[in-house]
Amino acid sequence: MQKPGLLLDVVLVSDPHLLSVVRAAVERLTELSGFSPPECRSITRAVDEAVANVIRHAYGGQPNKRINLSCRRISCTVKGQHREGLEIQLLDNGLPFDRKKLTARSLDEVKPGGLGLHFMRDSMDVMEHRRVGRQNQLRLVKYIDVNAAGQDSQGE
Amino acid sequence: MQIAARRLDQATIFDITGHIDLANSPELRKTLLKELRENKTPRVILNLTGVRYIDSSGVASLVEGLKAAKDQGLRFILYGLSPAAREVLQLSRLIKIFEVFDDEQQALA
Repeated sequence: MQKPGLLLDVVLVSDPHLLSVVRAAVERLTELSGFSPPECRSITRAVDEAVANVIRHAYGGQPNKRINLSCRRISCTVKGQHREGLEIQLLDNGLPFDRKKLTARSLDEVKPGGLGLHFMRDSMDVMEHRRVGRQNQLRLVKYIDVNAAGQDSQGE
Repeated sequence: MQIAARRLDQATIFDITGHIDLANSPELRKTLLKELRENKTPRVILNLTGVRYIDSSGVASLVEGLKAAKDQGLRFILYGLSPAAREVLQLSRLIKIFEVFDDEQQALA
């Protein structure tokens, strides 16, 4: 059965060259969903980093594995307030998450790597990982800020 | 992503265009490390005017370039950051560790 509010439901293979396709789709979807331009860039970055993590860590760089990406509009109550937003779900059948790696590194360290999780956490209101059977499930949610929608702090 | 090199007397400028992500950041890393470790160019300058997107693997390549430059006593300079590129470097709090200029003239001064 189709999930309520479903906007996008695609299967892609774990090829890094498809990241640009994911970004293009997600960025357009965020624009259509009413997010501000900085939020659109931010959500797109989070999804890009999430898919890249699946390719690198869950599938160890193998380019022909399945990743399911779905996006749906949600409407819910958060801390007594009605909120609308976008929920993004990523499913893969790769290696389980390494819980030790789920802690983003300190930004005071100057070293390559470890920034993807920080970008995801910074961008999204909700980030949840679950392992269900042999499947990794990542759920990202961004609520629409009714005060920020339509603004562009970068002037693009 | 495309990389074109311009070799000057004491500097090499890499004109980079497109998106830097997991698909091509290893190529960027390899190009930078070769220039810094093998050619030992005194000043390596990255023109990022045409870069519309950088992911965390791209940022990691830049950090590796910077570290290699420091190890060799060379300069590693960025200029022409797009809003998206600047946003990522600010978000990672790494913008302060790079030499960043607005344009080529400043980068070569």
